[in-house]
Amino acid sequence: MKWRDSWRFSAQVLLRHKARTALLSFAVAIGVCSVLLLTSVGEGARHYVSKEFASLGSDVLIILPGKKETSGGSIPFYSTTPRDLTIQDAQAIKHLSSVKSVAPVILGTALVSHKNKSREVITIGSTQGFLHVRNLTLSHGRGFSQKSADLAESICIIGAQLKDDLFGRDKAMGQWLKIADRRYRVVGILEKRGESLGLDMSDMVIIPIRSAESLFNSPALFRILVGLKPLQDELVTQQRILSLIKKRHDDEEDITIISQNAMMSSFDKISNFLTIAIGVIASISLVVAGFLIMNVSYISVSKRQQEIGLLKAIGATANEVRIIFLTESALLICLGVCLGLTAGYTLTALFNQFIASFVLIIPWWAALASGLMSFIIGLLFTWLPAAKAASQDPVSAMRGN
Amino acid sequence: MTKLATTKQITLSHIDKTYIVGEKPLHVLNDINLSIEAGEYISIMGPSGSGKSTLLNMIGLLDRVDNGSLVLEHTETSSLTEEQRAKLRRNSLGFIFQNFQLISRLTALENAELPLVLAGIDGSKRSKIVTKLFESLGLADRLQHLPKQLSGGQLQRVAIARAMVMSPKILLADEPTGNLDQKSGKEVVHVLEKLNLQGITLIMVTHDHELGARANRQLKMVDGVIVSDTSTCHEKGTKNEVA
Repeated sequence: MKWRDSWRFSAQVLLRHKARTALLSFAVAIGVCSVLLLTSVGEGARHYVSKEFASLGSDVLIILPGKKETSGGSIPFYSTTPRDLTIQDAQAIKHLSSVKSVAPVILGTALVSHKNKSREVITIGSTQGFLHVRNLTLSHGRGFSQKSADLAESICIIGAQLKDDLFGRDKAMGQWLKIADRRYRVVGILEKRGESLGLDMSDMVIIPIRSAESLFNSPALFRILVGLKPLQDELVTQQRILSLIKKRHDDEEDITIISQNAMMSSFDKISNFLTIAIGVIASISLVVAGFLIMNVSYISVSKRQQEIGLLKAIGATANEVRIIFLTESALLICLGVCLGLTAGYTLTALFNQFIASFVLIIPWWAALASGLMSFIIGLLFTWLPAAKAASQDPVSAMRGN
Repeated sequence: MTKLATTKQITLSHIDKTYIVGEKPLHVLNDINLSIEAGEYISIMGPSGSGKSTLLNMIGLLDRVDNGSLVLEHTETSSLTEEQRAKLRRNSLGFIFQNFQLISRLTALENAELPLVLAGIDGSKRSKIVTKLFESLGLADRLQHLPKQLSGGQLQRVAIARAMVMSPKILLADEPTGNLDQKSGKEVVHVLEKLNLQGITLIMVTHDHELGARANRQLKMVDGVIVSDTSTCHEKGTKNEVA
């Protein structure tokens, strides 16, 4: 029997039993579609967080005061240190050859007000380097000069949301606002951007580092952000920063350096694993569809005994009978997979059309794997009923026994 | 497949067949010996349960013998694998059943071409063969009809076309007129006899004595044994009792 004839013969059976064909293909389609949708959520999340990381700037090292240590339990903690990170530490790091820019950061919250409007916002004390390292751009105005950083000028850069909340449609550039009990002149407005890893850049105020020192009455830095020159070896730079700070801190290694790229890569690995795990869980529905196909195939074999008997009587070999049933199953799965893929891609496109903040992305491997798995499961689960059909005795089968 | 040198088309020697019904053995065929030459027209008659259909199934390789030897078309069949038996059935034998055994979802053309499909013959060639056969059987305008749209006589003629598409040398008919009215039955018998006149061996199981008597050779079975094997030369009007 030629393949083309086998496909045609099976297609006739499926067309004859339209309701059965539709229900079984839907079962497969639901399995394929759920694999696509769930993995698209995982992949979308991975993509979202990667984008967030990327928006914070790549090739960035984050220096934290305190050493990550393990004592007793399994959870690492950052030990307290007698020495804080200082602006001088940041200036020393800036002189390393592989470093492009450095941003010392002091972080706090303060009441920001203009006229009768006020609100508590995150206040960052830093230098012009902060904008470079964190990939921030200004829609209006300018950043801080070296002079403004050194002289603790009373100037600030505000986020777009904060500008809208405090000034509305009025001009903010050059206006004065109050942060705690001090007055600052707005010299720049950040371009609109959403949250980045929980930190809403549009709802914050940035002031010169020296001003923040005085505002929060503390010279201790919260972080030092280090932007690297392109194509620099991160590990080598980390070692250089460690030995530099160690030398400055009386030969004590009391800082922790986190590489943003390493964090991103770790997150990538974890989220990839989670996406695959979600896909595997979703594929349980494909196994359920497989059981349905097996059940219906058994019914089909017993209902078509006379046909099987006739085929064998007129010369069909056991293998040809087996192939007829397997082809039917393959066609059914083909239909289900096509329906599932169409539904999966259509639903994700619709979701993405209406919800812009989170994009569902179907990984290519999920589409391929769900299709392949459907075929493997479908054929495996049809094998037994097909084998039963193939082993039928023609005389008893024609009698319907 | 071993080819044996014999002048007979079908030779059955000491054939036994026993079925187990419940826990008791039921001897359906007992020491059957039979030789059939090419082109013979044989009827097998006997009461229900006498083993005539079982004998036809044995000759048609639809069932396996317990003991004895069955040589079909110079091939000893007892040592053949299932696949070899299926191919021998496909190429050398044509079957006609009492209840037609047509597949309801397929058209008359598709039903008739099934053995050609199994043999891997191309669609255009299949169509030519079936159309020619349908024309000779008076079914030329029924090619695209479904079985439910055909009369009993037409259904059996479609079944005959299916049996003939592979140009078999042996035609096995199990009660071919059993489900037909008298007129349709006569038409079908006429078609079968015409095929026999073309040189095809026709072996027919029937309850109908009148129909059985039309055969050149009549076998009578009782309790799994051939009790009489009568040859009739219709032209000369003589009868030969051989058993």
